[in-house]
Amino acid sequence: MDQGPAITGKSIPRIDGPVKVRGQAKYAAEYDVADLLHAAIVSASIAKGRVISIDAAAAKNFPGVVAVLTHKNRPWFWPFSFLYKDLAGPPGKPFRPLYDDRVLFSGQPVALIVADNYEAARDAAALVSVSYEREQHATDLAVEVSKAYKPPRHRLGLAPTPHPTGDADRAFLASPVKVEASYTTAAENHHPMELFATTVEWSDKIVTVYDKTQSPKSVEIFLKVALRLFRRKVRVVSSFVGGAFGLGLRPQQSVILAVLAAKALKRSVRLVLPRDHMFALGYRANAIQTVSLGADENGRLLAIKHQAVAATSQSEDAQDPMLNFSASLYRCDNVKLTYQLAKLDTVSPCDMRAPGAATGMFALECAMDELAYAINIDPLALRLANYTERDQSENRPFSSKALRECYLQGAERFGWAKRSHAPRSMRKGKELIGWGMATGVWEAAMSPAPARVKVSLLADGRFEVTTSITDIGTGTYTILTQIAADALGAPRERVVVKLGDSALPFNPIQGGSWTAATSGSAVQAACDKLKKKILLRAKQTGIVGNGQATELLSPAALADLLKLSGSDNLSATATIINVKFGKKYASATHSAVFAEVRIDEELAVVRVTRLVCTVAAGRILNPATARSQIIGASVMGIGKALYEDAATDHNLGRCMAHNFADYHIPSNADVYDIEVLFVEETDDKVSPIGVKGLGEIGSVAVAPAIANAIFHATGQRMRDLPITIDRLTRLSD
Amino acid sequence: MRRFEYLRAASIDQAIERLSFDPGAKLLAGGTNLVDLMKYDVACPTTIIDINDLPLGDIKETSDGGLRIGALVTNSDLAFHPVIENRYPLLASAILAGASAQLRNAATVAGNLLQRTRCSYFYDVMTPCNKRTPGSGCPARNGLNRNHAILGASQDCVATHPSDMCVALAAIGTMIVVQGPNGARSISLADFHRLPGDTPEQDTTLRNNEIILGIELPPAPEFQRYSYLKIRDRLSYAFALVSAAALLTIDDGVISTAHVALGGVAHKPWRDTAAEVVLVGRPASRGNFHQFASMLLSRSEALSQNGFKIELARRTVVRALEQAASRTPQSQSDKRVH
Repeated sequence: MDQGPAITGKSIPRIDGPVKVRGQAKYAAEYDVADLLHAAIVSASIAKGRVISIDAAAAKNFPGVVAVLTHKNRPWFWPFSFLYKDLAGPPGKPFRPLYDDRVLFSGQPVALIVADNYEAARDAAALVSVSYEREQHATDLAVEVSKAYKPPRHRLGLAPTPHPTGDADRAFLASPVKVEASYTTAAENHHPMELFATTVEWSDKIVTVYDKTQSPKSVEIFLKVALRLFRRKVRVVSSFVGGAFGLGLRPQQSVILAVLAAKALKRSVRLVLPRDHMFALGYRANAIQTVSLGADENGRLLAIKHQAVAATSQSEDAQDPMLNFSASLYRCDNVKLTYQLAKLDTVSPCDMRAPGAATGMFALECAMDELAYAINIDPLALRLANYTERDQSENRPFSSKALRECYLQGAERFGWAKRSHAPRSMRKGKELIGWGMATGVWEAAMSPAPARVKVSLLADGRFEVTTSITDIGTGTYTILTQIAADALGAPRERVVVKLGDSALPFNPIQGGSWTAATSGSAVQAACDKLKKKILLRAKQTGIVGNGQATELLSPAALADLLKLSGSDNLSATATIINVKFGKKYASATHSAVFAEVRIDEELAVVRVTRLVCTVAAGRILNPATARSQIIGASVMGIGKALYEDAATDHNLGRCMAHNFADYHIPSNADVYDIEVLFVEETDDKVSPIGVKGLGEIGSVAVAPAIANAIFHATGQRMRDLPITIDRLTRLSD
Repeated sequence: MRRFEYLRAASIDQAIERLSFDPGAKLLAGGTNLVDLMKYDVACPTTIIDINDLPLGDIKETSDGGLRIGALVTNSDLAFHPVIENRYPLLASAILAGASAQLRNAATVAGNLLQRTRCSYFYDVMTPCNKRTPGSGCPARNGLNRNHAILGASQDCVATHPSDMCVALAAIGTMIVVQGPNGARSISLADFHRLPGDTPEQDTTLRNNEIILGIELPPAPEFQRYSYLKIRDRLSYAFALVSAAALLTIDDGVISTAHVALGGVAHKPWRDTAAEVVLVGRPASRGNFHQFASMLLSRSEALSQNGFKIELARRTVVRALEQAASRTPQSQSDKRVH
């Protein structure tokens, strides 16, 4: 093995880039399967009630239509909802499409047309007429907040909202400086570029399911249990995923409906859910929050109270770490956090990039900015005055924490020292200029479930790395190649990484920013094992006499080795179990984001002209893919701050943002300079390879930094997201 | 999307004949709006008459010094045509403020005139909409109406016309040349789009069996001052919350002509020639612009969520007039408002 210079930590171009730009990377809806049927959904127009009747006669008679599935004629379902649990679901009853006549949310699939071509399925879907018995729905969080409740059951794998420390109520009242404000954030949809789609290849013995998911294993288990495919071999393949942002964490409606149809008809079936159905698949919970901060005249925090009411569905208690970081980010002895839910007649909310944190930290970081102005000190100085080296909520040190370096290097890069403190004090021409900043934090975690990786020496001298986890566009193929190449001392061309297949070794879910740390550590461990095996075998066969320097083993020597040892491959597997370090250390990624906005004073047109994002995330495996993750997350943050709103008509109980004309994400023109800096952070405790993960952290601090910059520019506090032109103009009247 | 018959028209007469006996027929040019509406089952034509082979793609100067633009000229070709760039820069600017480069490459002049509202209820067949299904009701009136009409709306419909190009055409003063079974006629742009009233399903006064041949622009004075200013929810690729097309001629600091049209505020491009008269003979000052803007919007009415558009429209008109007067028209590539 001819060892080149180490490539981990270098900006290696994406190894899956060429196949993607050539259109050779196959996504779930692109697999050609013989005798394929095509399905299309008919969805509910009401938010709550019952299906009285479904007139599908015209659809059934439509040329090419093979079947119309409804709750009346679908294959038999378990009557017990607990059998529909998946690895990532919250407590409650998971939604079961076509289960019964209940309509739980607008857009719910109520019938599935299956035809021998896509056009016929879609055409016939429009011919189905459904009559309903309507019931009074509730979709407005502002109304339902009065019925907020503490979730009775805790979501598995989610750290609980920290217990109160000290006496925050009393400390707040006694504080010389107080700020208290309410913040609202809109529901957001994930809108990955690739639509949710499934192609089911049906046969009596094996069912191959090409699916858009963040967890082929979870889908496989779900299909075997919930859809009773336990007598068959089920293989779920998601070699490439065109973004998911959390919406693919759970088995989606597409895979459930496509497999139902395949099972009913014993045929191969494809279902692609259209863009305008995305709002009925899941959403980032909208929330109403109140933050109360008490401080002394120097800005030292004396009390933090943070309350949140987040949306959930009638059937599940969707939960995320909305307030978990409010207890640990700053030094404060008196903290009280209240996390509640309110039930709406919607589909269940679903984790969306930096779930909870992006919402909770928006409120906390805006409140910190309000406190800075109440005391009249610099917002960055206020953060530094309350800097903590310990996680006070659990009273333990951090495994590493380079947030201070994020603040200082980010401020230096941005030129923060040149900021004039007073609102409305910076302008150029007709535009007001605002500079704002915010802190970001996310838990640095390993996967809560064990992850397995297999590395094999192939007959041609290449190494194959396999594990069932996906690459959702983050660069997993690339970083695992880098780690394996370095661990084996082989050039990267001789490493083949295979992912996104439930037939490969168990690796639970790509999410939570834990894949690089978990899978990377497993790859490292498996490669170390394989290397030892090769050395041993080399000694035994006499290829390398003294048992040193495997680096010298050429592909030819490795092939000889396999031949001599009488096998066509040699492999090693490793399993990473997240024992972490017990409760000894807290571990988190941190960021500091500095934003510049320019706002036309009369017309309230906002431009985010500059973002500097400094990130402390432990070891950076590939600065190029890492930077891409932070830039993408920052663009999402701009969307959250200024545009994204899954707006619902509460009279109809229906989200009306069905397409990209109604649901605005940032266009190229909305994105100016985004600069990303990774600060040096060494952490030998967080994961075996020192990696903390980057998926979420980039999304946390951008929206509050922009909102704070808008305050600095205009002198107006914008406490409701998105900050649209009507909200800004109303204030300047 | 429903099945349809596809016909490639070989002549204008053939297209008109088919339209005359087939009430389910629709003309297809660029398809950038019609095909979207078909995908959502909002438009369900039984026949598509593809008119892309018809000889309607020319731009020619007319004998009176104006310009005749064929119905099939694409938005891109029009915006970058030298005569348009030089003599009708307002029109070029408005076109470039709309859609994306890809859409403008496909979209045509006639298609732009006929594009339908972007009201999200109109687009969603699961909801009522008087424009889509007459008599079914208007959920926007008491629902999500943040971007709906503040002028000329009716009980039945509060939708807006989404075009940028048409706002400039309204300010310029344009004739639409159409042909039907009984020959050709011209309709002024002001009379082409209509207010919703109690028949919001009719966007225009074009008859079902008529085809647009093209548009005619009047001669343009040289050195005209202009600006097209579009305010939207993001900096590009969004329909206008409010837009203003302003054309001014100023002699010695005094306004001699003023044409101003508003987009995003009504069921049609909004122009009030009576209000424009007020500007004539007066200095090009901010105070006068403000007074004019207030007159232009004096009959505006707010729904539950769109009240901000009244003040925003006022300010947009003032700024567009200031930009025109000072010869600093709004750039459509640099998104900074001047």
